[in-house]
Amino acid sequence: MAKNINLTIDGINVTVEEGTTILEAARNLNIHIPTLCYHEDLCVAGNCRVCVVEQEKVRNLPASCATPATDGMVIHTNSMKVRMARKHIVELLLSEHNADCTKCYKNGNCELQGLASQMLTGDHLFLDLVPDKKYTIDMFNTAIIKDDSRCIRCQRCVRTCEELQSVSALGVAYKGNKMKISTFFEHSLFEVVCTNCGQCVNRCPTGALIERNYIDQVWDAIYDPNKHVVVQTAPAVRVALGEALGMETGKIVTGKMVAALRRLGFSSVLDTDFTADLTIIEEGHELLTRLKKALVDKDPTVSLPMATSCSPGWIKFIEHTFPEYLPNLSTCKSPQQMFGALAKTYYTQKRKLDPKNVVSVSIMPCTAKKFEANRPEMRSSGYKDVDFVLTTRELGIMIRQAGLDFAELPEEKFDSFMGSSTGAAVIFGSTGGVMEAALRTAYEIVTGREVPFDGLNIVPVRGTEGEVREATIKIEKVKPEWSFLEGVELKCAVANGLAHAKTLMQNVRDGKAFYHFIEVMACPGGCLGGGGQPIPTNKDIRAKRKTAIYEEDMGMPVRKSHENPEIAEIYKEFLGKPLGHKSHELLHTYYTPRKRY
Amino acid sequence: MSEQTLKRVDLIFGEYSNEKYKILATTLARTNEDILKDLLESGLRGRGGAGFPTAMKWKFTAESPGEEKYVVCNADEGEPGTFKDREILLRVPRKVFSGMAICGKVIGAKKGYMYLRGEYKFMVPELMKELAIYHEHTKQLGLDFSIEIRMGSGAYICGEESALFESMEGGRGEPRNKPPYPTTSGFMKKPTVINNVETFVNVLMIMRLGPDQYKKLGTTDSRGSKVFSVSGDTPIPGIYELELGMPLDRFVDEFGDGDTKAVQVGGASGFCVPRKKFKDTVIGFEGVPTGGSMMIFNSSRSMYNVLHNYLEFFEEESCGQCTPCRVGCQQLLKGIVAVKKGEKKAVYLDQLMKLSESMKITAKCGLGQSVANSFSSIVNNFKEEMIY
Repeated sequence: MAKNINLTIDGINVTVEEGTTILEAARNLNIHIPTLCYHEDLCVAGNCRVCVVEQEKVRNLPASCATPATDGMVIHTNSMKVRMARKHIVELLLSEHNADCTKCYKNGNCELQGLASQMLTGDHLFLDLVPDKKYTIDMFNTAIIKDDSRCIRCQRCVRTCEELQSVSALGVAYKGNKMKISTFFEHSLFEVVCTNCGQCVNRCPTGALIERNYIDQVWDAIYDPNKHVVVQTAPAVRVALGEALGMETGKIVTGKMVAALRRLGFSSVLDTDFTADLTIIEEGHELLTRLKKALVDKDPTVSLPMATSCSPGWIKFIEHTFPEYLPNLSTCKSPQQMFGALAKTYYTQKRKLDPKNVVSVSIMPCTAKKFEANRPEMRSSGYKDVDFVLTTRELGIMIRQAGLDFAELPEEKFDSFMGSSTGAAVIFGSTGGVMEAALRTAYEIVTGREVPFDGLNIVPVRGTEGEVREATIKIEKVKPEWSFLEGVELKCAVANGLAHAKTLMQNVRDGKAFYHFIEVMACPGGCLGGGGQPIPTNKDIRAKRKTAIYEEDMGMPVRKSHENPEIAEIYKEFLGKPLGHKSHELLHTYYTPRKRY
Repeated sequence: MSEQTLKRVDLIFGEYSNEKYKILATTLARTNEDILKDLLESGLRGRGGAGFPTAMKWKFTAESPGEEKYVVCNADEGEPGTFKDREILLRVPRKVFSGMAICGKVIGAKKGYMYLRGEYKFMVPELMKELAIYHEHTKQLGLDFSIEIRMGSGAYICGEESALFESMEGGRGEPRNKPPYPTTSGFMKKPTVINNVETFVNVLMIMRLGPDQYKKLGTTDSRGSKVFSVSGDTPIPGIYELELGMPLDRFVDEFGDGDTKAVQVGGASGFCVPRKKFKDTVIGFEGVPTGGSMMIFNSSRSMYNVLHNYLEFFEEESCGQCTPCRVGCQQLLKGIVAVKKGEKKAVYLDQLMKLSESMKITAKCGLGQSVANSFSSIVNNFKEEMIY
């Protein structure tokens, strides 16, 4: 058991476990010491110094985030000395910062702005350094914009990129007054190993890293009388959008979201979950085909493990980092892109619309989806399959712009068709969800029976943060046509966060582990912790969103993708059969090997 | 110029034995407790400038749990006006290696590193030759402690111990949060003793003389001698080994050119002492400490230019990670320029003084904390030169 430490903070005695920082000890007492570089998900940097406190009998003010509590410590969090130092620090940050707040995307949602208003920095104490700085803005990327003039050099983004994602696209360059956050040879983000996951955007306390927003373009489309604007919404959005609009964390707002989208003026409010179900059918068959080739035909060219391909951050990561494993990726497009391709083919045929007049918009918890939609190969309908991708945050902004009282909106249902979905699709939003959904369907295809787990909940594959989850499912009593799978133990692995994806792939590459099927989601916790989700996102918040996702699954009348009636319909009316000609044309894709640098 | 009044010492550079590594050999035969007792008794404090008691540093590291420990010699001599380690390494590298080896024995390390300033690359061939001799001797002595040279790349901040470890580990030279201190988590996060070049030589000298003899030099708070790098307006610039605890006026009498206006003690991160305070200033840990740099300015010098020069240096050499240091240095520099140009009123200097106080207590490492030393001592003592 850890040793107990007794200390005094602002006159209150408190006992904490050894290793607790002063900041954490103060938070236990509901004393909120301001922070900037600190983030629950990241290692402690202690470089902004905003969280300094006074310790009796010590000359310097320790940074409370980086200093462990020790026995007998007497701390003052709001002394004269502390107030002066903190004000100086915030003033210094402001003097280097382009504080033209009304022109900033993060206006009103900026941690530096919050501190500035708290400290009443009305008359700037120091000289404005911004005019002498040659700040640049990287606006070349389709997903993320990096504006150095807004950067306060807290390095949250650098730590995110390195620790959580092991991508290290962002790093620190130069020193002293020239120190900045930059990329390899200061290339634009679109030229480096950046996966567009947006985890840095989610953690940036200011407007230095933001998503490229397409809000105005979407309004333009909505107000264009000649355009038919369809919108699809990803599974993880419905458990987080409420946060962006002042509701409690982990609230399921599916119905209100649908109502809001309708009121914003979208012609048709549809569901990415529909194509998530479709992905399961295609990907499930792809997996079974690969297994057959490997086990029956002994085809040496078949690539196992097969890896999921729903997460565009993961796709770009593997293209850069493990290009030799591209054949292992499922050729299935992500649900977003399947939806986009169908929106301008199947949907337009059925609705008798000219695809050139259809604008397809998606609401995603993700910034990488913006990049994905702009990939040159994502035009299989003959048009850009998905025209605009908005993050959960951008939708939140649109709803506020429209003056909707979100919490009071009625619960409405998605339009049909391409609006019906199952519990299996909802759980795409959480790590392990694609795996679980695929197993629910594949197992049943092969055996004719439901997966042998209580209430269809395949808990062993539900990913957990901070580790690679492994599970083995034994396939027994198969149908005659799948006899080659009799007794096969299907080995699966699930990883979330690219750092863990890297570990998983290294294990595969080095022969340390063998799997048939792996699921990777680029973001910690899966899409529910995506880079496009409301800020803040941290471990506790992700856990609440995850609970909500599985709650939504449990509440769905249909929980297996192959039982979605609209799925049966689309195969009957349009696609023919899984992995058929039309599927290949519209629902499958290819990947591009990329270099590390 | 007046005659010599200060006691010259010849401990550091003096020849001490015809037989190479003799003191090392005799010291190795002693117990660790015995060695530490002598060190503690001697009152030796670190010669890099901060003056932490060497015996305590070694003791803490020796007592830290863990098998793997390291000895690091900080030879990243980057403080403006300091060039004494260069001389020590050129003339008596053997004494440095011996001191490191004694440390290795005491704390139980098998590996020592010398982190050498990038600009001192020219001395590597000679040091390597001496190291070969050293390794031969340790082999004969049966001591398992090897030494390797690592090169710096020219960043001032890498002289800060934790930034130095980061640099050695292949990272960006950025100071770490403290605690943990190097005694428990240093190079490769293992317990590490990091000492200045001169400190290691002092250890060897204490082993040779014994603490009683050594203690005869210096004062209660500042035992022993110190190698000074004397530069600026002096007819006799160079390296001098002098007794610690000397009054500054006697130093100026001996080294000044008769028109000394101020002495910058301890380099850019040290303190500026004006003429009126020479008499009351003692050079040592009880007064104004120094890593060795003594820069003498006569009345022809503009102290505004001196400060401007230091601040330009800090603005560039800050690692840039912590706010007070990165932005504070820029503000101090731009601020004195603005006052000088009349763009800001003279009272703005008071604002800058407060800022430098904040930097002193909030910066992450010694660099940012010590910018206020030169800033406040120059501005306070030469205010009119800052304004007019």
